[in-house]
Amino acid sequence: MKRDSTRHRSFPLRRVEAVVLGASAGGIDALSAVLDGLPAGWRIPMAVVLHLPESHDSHLAEIFAQRLPIPVHEALDKMPLTDGCLYFAPPGYHLSIERGRRFSLSCEPPVLYSRPSIDVLMASAADAYGPSVAGFLMTGANEDGAEGLLCIHRAGGLTAVQDPKEALVSTMPLAAIARHTPDHVLPLRDLRTLLQQLEPVHAL
Amino acid sequence: MEAIYLKYSYDFRNYTTASQKRRVLYALEQLEFPSISVLQDRVLRDATLFGRLLQFLTIPVSEMFRDPAYFLALRRHVVPILHTYPSVKVWVAGCSTGEEVFSLAILLREEGLLERTQIYATDINPASLEKARQGIFPLEAIRGYTSNYQRAGGLSAFSDYYTAAYEAARFDPSLCADVIFADHSLATDSVFAETQLVSCRNVLIYFNRQLQDRALGLFHESLSHRGFLGLGSKESIDFSGYADRFDTHARAERIYRKVA
Repeated sequence: MKRDSTRHRSFPLRRVEAVVLGASAGGIDALSAVLDGLPAGWRIPMAVVLHLPESHDSHLAEIFAQRLPIPVHEALDKMPLTDGCLYFAPPGYHLSIERGRRFSLSCEPPVLYSRPSIDVLMASAADAYGPSVAGFLMTGANEDGAEGLLCIHRAGGLTAVQDPKEALVSTMPLAAIARHTPDHVLPLRDLRTLLQQLEPVHAL
Repeated sequence: MEAIYLKYSYDFRNYTTASQKRRVLYALEQLEFPSISVLQDRVLRDATLFGRLLQFLTIPVSEMFRDPAYFLALRRHVVPILHTYPSVKVWVAGCSTGEEVFSLAILLREEGLLERTQIYATDINPASLEKARQGIFPLEAIRGYTSNYQRAGGLSAFSDYYTAAYEAARFDPSLCADVIFADHSLATDSVFAETQLVSCRNVLIYFNRQLQDRALGLFHESLSHRGFLGLGSKESIDFSGYADRFDTHARAERIYRKVA
């Protein structure tokens, strides 16, 4: 079922079981723009890595819980991914998704100076979900996420990158586009539409 | 991993697959092997190579007084209870290169408990244990450790505890005069002592739930009546089979208490 609208583009139907998102510099605003207006009946679990300083507690979960009509959590080790929930990687830990659809944390060294690393989340999501995962990569000043998005692409999943012309910092989207041809390169407004047009695999 | 277990008795079979895959791929790159099957073949015939691979399979990443709030909570909410025992036994499980052991020893000395405390520091990696025994840490890390120590409620100057030489800081050997460093696997070995406090932080995250339950079972068995268990700040027993075998003593700091 497509939700056509005069204001928004419509995208081919895509069934997914999970969405993983990554962003760095300028990422909070970009993520807000993509998640804005999610319906209350949202069904697909989503996991996010935003680069933040390691030494401080993150308040991302609280901030987004106030803005969104869905449950928002900071991921804990072995926490199961629940339909309709949004999860943030905790500062100072890599976040992976295991094949049993649970999170695992790790203190392995930073990847591209980043812990949590977008590559780590996305590569593990590609292993865990194969073609039924969607990866969204947005603004950022390093190349984290390019490899992870490539893993999702190779697994047959959907890849979407913020239009580098619109990104606050274009390094991250450009790095991803240099590694593979994403399914979509879109401004935030259309990434938001794309996200909302994804269909949960287990829809009734 | 099955073959490594059969040959060397190191059991990585129930480690989380995502991080294990990353570490094997990283080892492949660093050891310059063309494929996993070639590496596996060589490792099974060459114990020295296995020793090198082991350094990649375990994760010796730690820092002193990591998560200062944990040590502050131990100081405020656990030490007063430990003081009521004539002697105390502490198990630092998965102690890696010893940062956590020295942090605890410093805290216990400041609280007047070290002299009557026996610390068992265990790990599966002999190279890490050897480093832990030496108590020598890179000087460049000390600044961060000092800040952690102060935020953990440190009562002294952190520099009182080490001697700096060249690029290293050597910690006062008397801190671990009574520490027993020992080879112990949470995957295959059993309980060896009755303890009042088990500190096992950021070790269980590398285990799947089955192995987590095994380790938590060992801790539960080792702890004396109402003994304490300290985990890493993003770890939880809520998703384990031991959720109802422990009470929460300090929620945010992940300090639990054994339920009889």
